[in-house]
Amino acid sequence: MAITLTDAAAEHVTRFIENRGKGEALRLGVKTNGCSGMGYVLEFADAVDEDDNVFEDKGVKIIVDPKSLLYIDGTELDYGREGLNEGFKFNNPNVKDACGCGESFNV
Amino acid sequence: MALLQISEPGQTTAPHQHKLAAGIDLGTTNSLVASLRSGMAETIADENGQHLLPSVVQFLGKQDEGFHSAYQTEVGYQAQQNASADPLNTIISVKRYMGRGLDDLKKHSIYNFVAEEDSVVPRIRTIAGDVSAVEVSAEILKTLKQRAVDALGDDLTGAVITVPAYFDDAQRQATKDAAKLAGLNVLRLINEPTAAAVAYGLDSGSEGTHVIYDLGGGTFDISILKLTKGVFEVLSTAGDSALGGDDLDHAIADWILTEAQINDPDAGLLRRILDAARQAKETLSEQQSTTLSIDLGNGEVWESQLSLQQLEKLIKPLIRKTLVPCRRALRDAKIEVEDIQDVVMVGGSTRVPLVRQMVGEFFNTEPLVDIDPDKVVAIGAARQADVLVGNKSEDDMLLLDVTPLSLGLETMGGLAEKVIHRNTTIPVARAQDFTTFKDGQTAMAIHVVQGERELISDCRSLARFELRGIPPMVAGAARIRVTFQIDADGLLSVSAREETSGVESSIQVKPSYGLSDGEIENMLKDSFSHAQDDIDARKLREEQVEADRVVEALLAALAEDGEALLSVEEQVVIQQAIDELAEIAKNSDQRAIKLKIEHVDKVTAEFAQRRMDASINKALSGQRVDDLNNK
Repeated sequence: MAITLTDAAAEHVTRFIENRGKGEALRLGVKTNGCSGMGYVLEFADAVDEDDNVFEDKGVKIIVDPKSLLYIDGTELDYGREGLNEGFKFNNPNVKDACGCGESFNV
Repeated sequence: MALLQISEPGQTTAPHQHKLAAGIDLGTTNSLVASLRSGMAETIADENGQHLLPSVVQFLGKQDEGFHSAYQTEVGYQAQQNASADPLNTIISVKRYMGRGLDDLKKHSIYNFVAEEDSVVPRIRTIAGDVSAVEVSAEILKTLKQRAVDALGDDLTGAVITVPAYFDDAQRQATKDAAKLAGLNVLRLINEPTAAAVAYGLDSGSEGTHVIYDLGGGTFDISILKLTKGVFEVLSTAGDSALGGDDLDHAIADWILTEAQINDPDAGLLRRILDAARQAKETLSEQQSTTLSIDLGNGEVWESQLSLQQLEKLIKPLIRKTLVPCRRALRDAKIEVEDIQDVVMVGGSTRVPLVRQMVGEFFNTEPLVDIDPDKVVAIGAARQADVLVGNKSEDDMLLLDVTPLSLGLETMGGLAEKVIHRNTTIPVARAQDFTTFKDGQTAMAIHVVQGERELISDCRSLARFELRGIPPMVAGAARIRVTFQIDADGLLSVSAREETSGVESSIQVKPSYGLSDGEIENMLKDSFSHAQDDIDARKLREEQVEADRVVEALLAALAEDGEALLSVEEQVVIQQAIDELAEIAKNSDQRAIKLKIEHVDKVTAEFAQRRMDASINKALSGQRVDDLNNK
């Protein structure tokens, strides 16, 4: 399994990293918080830790720590728009149920 | 499913805990809202893809109870379109009315202003009731806020709103009030030029001095900022409140009027000519030549070519005019052109190539033009807002601004004592000690003023308050510490404290009248042109105050010890000297007063000596030498 990106997500990540001017990778992960158990982490990455898993898709380097990978392996990161709002979406096959807003989830 | 943004390392927030922030450029003509998404600051467009929101509010009627707003309104493009059909209920350029009093407003406005008896805030009479400038601005802010909430997917934690560097306390306070009314949490008000510098990331760059050249539709502002150790400091600001892109249009329109031999155009024709002029100006920003075509209204159409060269000849004198405040700002900041690292261009008029060229030549550096000059201020505000809500752990920016005019208080004789000088960086607190003028004085009136002139009558009164309960002491013995404090938003509070007794009094300055850029400009100009007069006036007043003090002290001394220590002849001589001094002090001959005071000093020297001896005798009488030694 791996982490993948849709074209739209890859395009936006590349643009955002370029705009930021430093860091070359995107860090994905989970944190135990939120109304339904876990929340996603989506950050710029300046450093890779020793035991991090590194994926690459469509020219974007993605870093995931080993613990988080258990919960998000197979995720496809998408970029979408809802009205005026736009941002990233985790299409995570591991999710059993999520809170109404989709910001936190359970596996 | 919620949409997520990329955070800085380690800054991911818990679900529903996002720290969303927006930057708002609340402009006279147009307003914008911007926010940072995935580290990228961008202005937010409405559902039609429009980034600019015309700062126009049309009042339609009262809202039913239970709604967020008390009024039914139309804000933006729709309101702008309706303005000519419904002029009295459609408020344009409300920013000009922020923090102003009724008298200011009636002069230059078409609206029906009314002042309520119990309030100094003037209101505009509309179909929906009487509304204040703050309420009108709040409608604009509400629209922008809603746009940001829709775009970011959640409520805002806070917002940074920009104001002109010249905005005074009343105007800043009014802006904050409007934000509160719109349900916005104001993280900070920052000056427009400072926001522009932040937009270009000059804050994260190397240390240096930067110029912000802001040529808007109707005003010109120049600011010089200095970056040291990651801290922004505004060294100076200057400007011309009656110079902008509109003037460029007028210069072209005047040329058209001459060329087309139109002597007396009606309002409609003039409007068409001005529109054509503006269009030509915009076209010539990209092309070498353009065709003007104007419907003269009498069935004829006038046509002509305007070349870039001709245009530049027309507008060159106006652009040259902007360089005068540039020089003044350099002088105020005490720096040379060589010290300038970057020049940031702000305002739509800086799209004109000649402006870029002349500014570049003046400052001897290529101006920064990469960010849309209309959006640059909002983008900078968004970046600052993002830092203030805590989305950035590292290299936090701390912004410093300056006071546009000196702040001080009135001292005896109607003189202005400056406590915080013009162009002092804020936030700032300055204290100065004052004392009582009369024996047994138990209260002190503190009159807070703003301005550069030496006499109170030439400065602007901001507030008055009293410090009461000063213990009775001889004149000059009380120590009253007056502290002026300006917070990061540029709002002033003044407190006074008598040090020996600890009595205190303070005031938050929320003056009811604001100053326009033009008035501030005039106050500054006056202070330069009247510099010598002011110094002379100050010297005279100081001498007069000194004369009063001498007269006061001598009369008190005479009443106390005159009979006991002086012969009748001596009393007459002193009394006569006092009378003469009191008389001369009424005239405006400073030298004569000074000489007379010296004369009085001489005449009363013997009296002073005797009083001294008498009081020593009194203190020593009845005491043994041993007692004194033991003390």
